[in-house]
Order: sequence, then C-alpha cells, then structure tokens
Amino acid sequence: MQRTYKLGLATSLLAALLTMTSSVSAQNSATDDIAKYREMIADGNPSELYEAAGEELWKKPAGPKNASLEKCDLGLGAGVVKGAAAQLPRYFKDTNKVQDLESRLMTCMQALQGRDPQEMIDAPFQKGPKKDMEAIVAYVVTLSKGDKIKVSTAHPKEKEMYDLGKRTFFYQGGPMDFSCASCHAENGKRIRLQDLPNITEQKGAAMGWGYWPAYRVSSGQFWTMQQRLNDCYRQQRFPYPIYGSDVTIALSMYMAKTGNGGTVETPGLKR
Amino acid sequence: MKMTHIKKLFTIAGFIFAVGAMQTNAFAQQKNDPKFNKMMQDSFRADGIAGLDRIKQDETQKFCSDPVFSEGKQGAATREKIQKINMATIQQPSDGKYIGDWKSGERIAQSGRGATWSDKADTAVGGGCYNCHQINPKEVSYGNIGPSLTGYGKLRGYSQEIVTYTWNRINNSKAYNACSNMPRFGHFKLLTEKQMQDVMALLLDPESPVNN
Repeated sequence: MQRTYKLGLATSLLAALLTMTSSVSAQNSATDDIAKYREMIADGNPSELYEAAGEELWKKPAGPKNASLEKCDLGLGAGVVKGAAAQLPRYFKDTNKVQDLESRLMTCMQALQGRDPQEMIDAPFQKGPKKDMEAIVAYVVTLSKGDKIKVSTAHPKEKEMYDLGKRTFFYQGGPMDFSCASCHAENGKRIRLQDLPNITEQKGAAMGWGYWPAYRVSSGQFWTMQQRLNDCYRQQRFPYPIYGSDVTIALSMYMAKTGNGGTVETPGLKR
Repeated sequence: MKMTHIKKLFTIAGFIFAVGAMQTNAFAQQKNDPKFNKMMQDSFRADGIAGLDRIKQDETQKFCSDPVFSEGKQGAATREKIQKINMATIQQPSDGKYIGDWKSGERIAQSGRGATWSDKADTAVGGGCYNCHQINPKEVSYGNIGPSLTGYGKLRGYSQEIVTYTWNRINNSKAYNACSNMPRFGHFKLLTEKQMQDVMALLLDPESPVNN
C-alpha cells in the first residue's frame, strides 16, 4: 500500500520534472530526471513483486512431472542461481547449444517439469505461461545484481554465436531499411528525447545489456530481454522474431560480450 | 552455323567475365554465410502486414549491412552505383505540385506510426520526422540522428533546385548518400504523394513555422 503510494507520488514528480525540462531547454534530455526518479523509488522497484512471485514458482512443484526448478542448471551447476545470469548467454553441453536465460529456462521446464516449450514460445508476452517466465526471470536476474557482466566466447559455438550476433546487429531490412545499428551505433544520439546507447562500444553495451530485464514505468510491466528485443524488431518494421530463436540469442551474445566488465543492474527501472 | 558458334563463344566469355567480376566484388564485400542465412530464415515468422519478404534484402540494404566495406575506401565505387540505382527510382509529383499544406505536413512529421506487425494495412504511416530531426522550433521533443531542419527554406532559399533536391531526398535519401539512415519514403510507398507534398510545405512554405 505504502509502496503504491510512493510510486504514484514519484510518477507525478517525474511527469512534473519532465514538463519543466521541456519548457526550459530542449537540449536537456530526460536522462537526468529519470535518474532522479530511479533514486526516488530505488527502495521500491516494482520488479520486487515479480521477483517474489518468481521465487515461489522456482521452488513450487509444477508441470506434468510435478517437479520444481530447483535442480535447474543455469551454467554454474544444478541449482545455482546466484551470479548465473551475469554469465549468460553461454554454451550448454546437454543441449549442445548456446542459450540465453529464457531459452535455458525453457530447457529446464521441459526436462524437469515435463512442460512443452512450444506453449511458452507461442504464448504472447505478459500472458499465460509467459507470465510465469517473466516472474522467474525477475527472480533469477535479481540474484546477479551488482555482479560484473562476464560472458565467454571461449567455446567455438559461443564465438560463432557472437559473430552471428554482430552480423545480425548490422543487418538492414524491412520497408524502412533499419538495422539495430541505425539507432545504436553512434554516441550521443536520441530518438525524440530518448537517449540511445551505442551498443558497438563497451560502455553503451553495458548500459543496454546491464539494465535489462527491467520494470517499464510507461507500460507498468516487467519486460524480459526477449520482450525488449522483440519490441526493437517491431519498431524496425521486421517480421516477428520467434521467442528464444537464434537471432535473439546471437544478438544477446553480441551485446553481453561487448558489455563485458560492466555492472549488472537488473532488474532495471526504465521509462 | 559459324555465326552461332561465335555467339556462343561471346556468351561464354561474357559469363566468365561476369563470374570474375562477382568474385572480385565478393573479395572485398562481406561473404555470403549460409549459416547466417539459415539462422535468419528460422528465427522469424510472418505477423500481419510484416511478412517474411521483409528480411529479403535489396542491393542497397545488402551493401549497407556491411559497414566495413560500405564506409571504406573499397566501397566507393559501389556507393556511387547504389546512389544511381536509387536516383533512378524517384518520380517527380504527378500533378507537378511540390508544395502542399504545411499544417498537414506537421501532423505527418509528428506521427511515427505505421508499418509494424501491430499495425493494419490501412494504418496511415507517419513520417516519424521528429524522431530524428529538429523541425518546428516549437517542438522540443526531437531526435538528433539526422540534421536539424529548423529554418530549412529560410536558410537555403526556395529555388526550384532546392525544391527538387528536397523532394528527391524525401523520396529516396539513398540517391544522395548510399547508406543514409533515412527511410526511402517514396520508394517503399511509406508516404503517399500527397503526404510528401505536405511534408515539403513544412520545410519550404515561407509561411511554415519552420521558416519563421
């Protein structure tokens, strides 16, 4: 209750600050005000609600096999959640694939709980099985908060995924000729007042990769990295990227590796 | 009989020459990667108006997806070629009118809607101009991927040369800069002729707030 009140107050303050900025100077981007806003509700990021629900889902037996996810191997050994998200995507021997957090969680749900990954792939974001996924992701990434981004390309398949991701980043298509690079390959650029990180450099990649998944104030939703990428492609006017497809994992690999050494700030708090 | 032989020889010689030229080109440009192609094919699905044809690249998109080549010294000749191809697509206004209604142009410049998988085929596409450009000085929420267009006509004058250049640039920016970040609004029919005339007015009507 108190949290809701605080959030409401902070939101109206943000709105007021933004209006003030607009009337004072157009050159002043919204960044400073968003930073103030973040500070204001830092002790009450609404992601905490997702995180709590996710922890429960992680520990509760579910699916046809009536098992929990507690034995899931996210790369640091079965059941180790702390620090795992900071080192994803990575190569997994059992699937012989490079996987990001969400595709790996689908593997665990299938292997441990007997759930059909296709149901997860087909479900719309914020609905049905995806809602569970979003909560579990919030739980897992919170346990890497403050860690350094540490993604390896030592395995040939990891290196290959990185190279594919780099190529994907520059791949233009659609009726507007957009690629990721159209907006994210130069410093100091904005769309309207929204600052755009330069993902081709360490600093910008860490800004992009390190703050997602995040709670989005504008939509009142917790967004996983898969949803973030999905909406980028929507705005690029591309066709629909399939949930957990290699394009999404390759791009994640390129961003994470480029951002190596930056700090994991997940779950972030976004506009 | 002999004539056909000679013709055949010429055809073969031409073919060999073409293959040679292609290989020289491929040497500098990013190589085709079957693994990458398969990944792209397998990773997307059609949704509404956003069909899979959207990830099939035309020559311009292919060239510009390889910045090491397209921005480098070796890419210079291809840049010229790409610009020529795009220049050839531009059609001048069918009614000979370049300048429409700036007020309507302002609305088109403000809207960034259209052409996504969550839009319908009849969703009016906006120009999204403010996403990247400063235009009307009263609008403070503008991006900076493109140059400022405030005072566009006042600074450049209203000559036919400037008018035609601006029309062309809105239609197909790649005619002047092969890998410009700006969408090809006329070429891909993102904007109608009427919409482009209105956006032109926003930039080149002396009455437009852009020039006042």
